[in-house]
Amino acid sequence: MNEDHIVSSYDEDLEKLDNLIAEMGGLAEAHLADSIDALIRFDTETATRIVDEDKKIDDLETEIDKLTVQMVALRQPMADDLRVIITGLKISSNLERIGDYAKNISKRTMTLAKTPTIGSSVNTIARMGGVVQGMIKNVLDAYVARDADKAEDVRRRDEEVDQIHSSLFRELLTYMMEDPRKIGTCTHLLFIAKNVERIGDHVTSIAEQIHFMVHGTFPSDDRPKGDSSSFTVVETGGGSNG
Amino acid sequence: MENVAIEMDAPVNDEPMAAEEIKVSAHDVGVFYGEMNALREVDIDFRINQVTSLIGPSGCGKSTFLRCLNRMNDTVDGCRVVGSIIMDGRDIYSKDVDPVELRARVGMVFQKPNPFPKSIYDNIGYGPRIHGMAAKKEEMDELVEKSLILAGLWDEVKDRLDEPGTGLSGGQQQRLCIARAIAVSPEVILMDEPCSALDPIATAKIEELIDELRQNYTIVIVTHSMQQAARVSQRTAFFHLGNLVEQGDTEQIFTNPVDDRTQAYITGRIG
Repeated sequence: MNEDHIVSSYDEDLEKLDNLIAEMGGLAEAHLADSIDALIRFDTETATRIVDEDKKIDDLETEIDKLTVQMVALRQPMADDLRVIITGLKISSNLERIGDYAKNISKRTMTLAKTPTIGSSVNTIARMGGVVQGMIKNVLDAYVARDADKAEDVRRRDEEVDQIHSSLFRELLTYMMEDPRKIGTCTHLLFIAKNVERIGDHVTSIAEQIHFMVHGTFPSDDRPKGDSSSFTVVETGGGSNG
Repeated sequence: MENVAIEMDAPVNDEPMAAEEIKVSAHDVGVFYGEMNALREVDIDFRINQVTSLIGPSGCGKSTFLRCLNRMNDTVDGCRVVGSIIMDGRDIYSKDVDPVELRARVGMVFQKPNPFPKSIYDNIGYGPRIHGMAAKKEEMDELVEKSLILAGLWDEVKDRLDEPGTGLSGGQQQRLCIARAIAVSPEVILMDEPCSALDPIATAKIEELIDELRQNYTIVIVTHSMQQAARVSQRTAFFHLGNLVEQGDTEQIFTNPVDDRTQAYITGRIG
């Protein structure tokens, strides 16, 4: 349905919504990438910038909220227009959360910069962040192209993120058991990993919104899930004191 | 096999209706004005106690189709209706059906309120009288009161029943016309853009009334306002250039129509 509306300012509003989502998505993607990069290099300067710039994402969300409410009130959207507008409202909320998680990663990076580094965990988080960043990029492309198949591919990649998160969870628990002095650092890293994992969930939600926007139905089958960290316990090893 | 044929013509986007739920069933209905084929191969069922909206651009055939349902087209010179319209198991176009009797069972409300130039009381009483429905004055009084109550007009007119119906406001006149239609105990009520001459408050009252009336009647409404169709109807049918393009639950039609022409029309694009 690429025909223009009889009322051309309606098309201008819809185009504006698309542009705002794209801009907001681009910022959220960049903030995730930069926050992971800052973590690897313990770059507090970049981390500080990300914390400060989160407001840009929040402002875009407010702007999208206003625009969508205005469109619902003034245009009485129907069918695909209605779906695009409602979806835009929900996606902006997902993107705002993604921005918040990137901000939180950066805050923890500032703290971690003052502590000694631990094993390969940071690299594992970086790998996880890379996967999620690719998901954000693809989901935004799928949004712009109205491509539900591409969105579905993104949705399926979240399993990989969950699996990395689970293994990282076990790895960090092991470090903490080996040396209680590492508990502080490891806890921050656990939260960072959880933040990245949650970003993946928001991207998955966006992918589901795109499916609804295109087809008018919600994806029915359960996607594969790979996160077992909620069920993970670590044996304390009985009487062995090393 | 019937359902398969219907789906090939125009999508029916839900479960087939159970036979006992269907009040009126149109099959392969077409209308000709002389040589011109104004409506083609319409297949649609109207469910008991539901409101069905017929929508579409001007000249799409929706009002023409509505007028088939109580044989109003019989009165138009050169108009010919083909196909069958079955109401309660009987074709309303068969020779032994009396159109006057049919129109008592299938009432109609028009775009412009058209009360008779008579008192409010007589506007309601006229139909029952010619159909011999009320022998005594008390029976007629009761029938007039009941009809006006059902149409939500009683409290506003009970003290001036002998005043002319034409002296009421537009919205009151339209409710008077609905009361007049109800008075002869119809089973189906047809409405042809019943709110297009009314202000938003009067429109809201009619819409509330439609929702109440559907508990007792089967209602078919033609409307140019898609918001109105969305508000009052459970099912919606979209007509375009003399074809029934798509029908389905109202929610589905307005959130996720199947046909591109439906989509283009309801979203305000050039179809």
